[in-house]
Amino acid sequence: MAGQARIRIEGLTKYYGDKLVIDGVDMSVAAHEVVCLIGASGSGKSTLLRCINRLVDWDHGTITLDGVSVEDPAFGRTGLQKRIGIVFQSYNLFPHMTVLDNITLAPRKVHRIPRAEAEETARGLLASVGLGDFARAYPEQLSGGQQQRVAIVRALATRPDVLLLDEVTAALDPELIGEVLGIIRGLKDDGLTMVIVTHEMGFARDVADRVCFLEGGRILEEAHPARLFTTPENPRTAQFLERIIASGRL
Amino acid sequence: MPLPPRRRRAEWRAALVPALISLASIVVVFGALAWFVTSAEQWPRIRHQFFNIEAMQASFPRVLAGFWVSMRVWLTALVCIAIWALVLAVLRSLRAPVFAPFRLMVVIYIDFFRGVPVLLLVLLFGFGVPALALPGLPNSALFWGSVAMVLSYSAYVAEIYRSGIDAVHEGQRAAAKALGLSEWQTMIHAILPQALRNVAPALMNIVVALQKDVALLSVLGVRDAVREAQIYTATTFNYSSLLVAAGLFLLATIPMARLADYVTRRDRERRLQRAG
Repeated sequence: MAGQARIRIEGLTKYYGDKLVIDGVDMSVAAHEVVCLIGASGSGKSTLLRCINRLVDWDHGTITLDGVSVEDPAFGRTGLQKRIGIVFQSYNLFPHMTVLDNITLAPRKVHRIPRAEAEETARGLLASVGLGDFARAYPEQLSGGQQQRVAIVRALATRPDVLLLDEVTAALDPELIGEVLGIIRGLKDDGLTMVIVTHEMGFARDVADRVCFLEGGRILEEAHPARLFTTPENPRTAQFLERIIASGRL
Repeated sequence: MPLPPRRRRAEWRAALVPALISLASIVVVFGALAWFVTSAEQWPRIRHQFFNIEAMQASFPRVLAGFWVSMRVWLTALVCIAIWALVLAVLRSLRAPVFAPFRLMVVIYIDFFRGVPVLLLVLLFGFGVPALALPGLPNSALFWGSVAMVLSYSAYVAEIYRSGIDAVHEGQRAAAKALGLSEWQTMIHAILPQALRNVAPALMNIVVALQKDVALLSVLGVRDAVREAQIYTATTFNYSSLLVAAGLFLLATIPMARLADYVTRRDRERRLQRAG
């Protein structure tokens, strides 16, 4: 791992009611690094991801972005959201807005960028993901893969330093997964820092600089994908990967 | 997208026969009913009391003038209810702890105004408040009766709005929050437009209900359609004027009800389309 940690998580603990969902996680992500979080449903990986941009609150521990706590008042109400973007499994585009309005909403209303400038940026980003002709379309007129590409563009519209991806291909038909993964690979080549929760092991092996295996709210093993997917050290990791292989997903 | 195939002539002909049969059936059944009613021994008296053409003509101008008052009250109240109920619903839906007192106030407001009969509120406001002779405020029963209608209906409409707000998927809030929108901006740009679309059919039914409930103001002596018809009845002992008023209300409410049906149907098709 090269360079100073862009994101550092220390001793993170979170309960949902009485249930411990994150159990003392320590983790860091360097600038330009791509980290994949894998694990079974309920292992805490999505919750961990959503703590990073404060979509959910936690009980103990700290998360820092470039050495500054994400809870620091210096970020203001919107500074953190400008620097950390997130893409959701179910896209969560606003159905009553055009693609262009979806993308420019935050730049215009939150970050006070003039409409013309925001739209120019948005059109450029749309073209880069192959959706240049869809600026005036509504989300329901698009396929799932196209909607998810719009959601990625929306998250990138404020030029964030970090992109969080929460099972972004899980809701897609198999033939549409490739187009979304292709975009993410492109972002990695551009040097974007990403934390990716995924069930696509082939993709994780391909794109990740480091893979973390979570179970019961803890990171049981983390390693370069070439190592983790071939010679897992933790028997639980091995067991998880065996099940994945048995189901034909690796 | 290919257009649906054109209806062929044979299909048109096939549809004609059932249409003719239903038409004939309607003529027979309603004809028999009309014959049965008009051949009754008491029919001439009924016709004289309720369907007296001369009395209808004589009362029509006054009832129509009263109906115009009713419709003005209806339209004004509609606008006030739409806005006031929205304020109530939004206040109740804001989740930040700072808004707790407002949430509580709205809950109490809705419990009160939904739990008390509208007629009672109309009497209370229409007779009670003008008696206070408050400085700087209108003193008419019409004004304060309308205020009572607005306060009462807003409680219902606020709950309809709120159900629409609650029905917007949680993911929409998460997306807005992740983009840095404030709770207020989230409400205005992301939640409300979807919520209003969700509840349009339910709102249309309220619009129709209010259209005839404005007749409650007649108990205050407001000279609306019902009151004017009543005045005529009191001087002539003929009830045809009330049927004139009924006819005018039907002329207004039936198209509104059809419009409500149309909005509901379109909404359902939109949902089905999305689900498909």
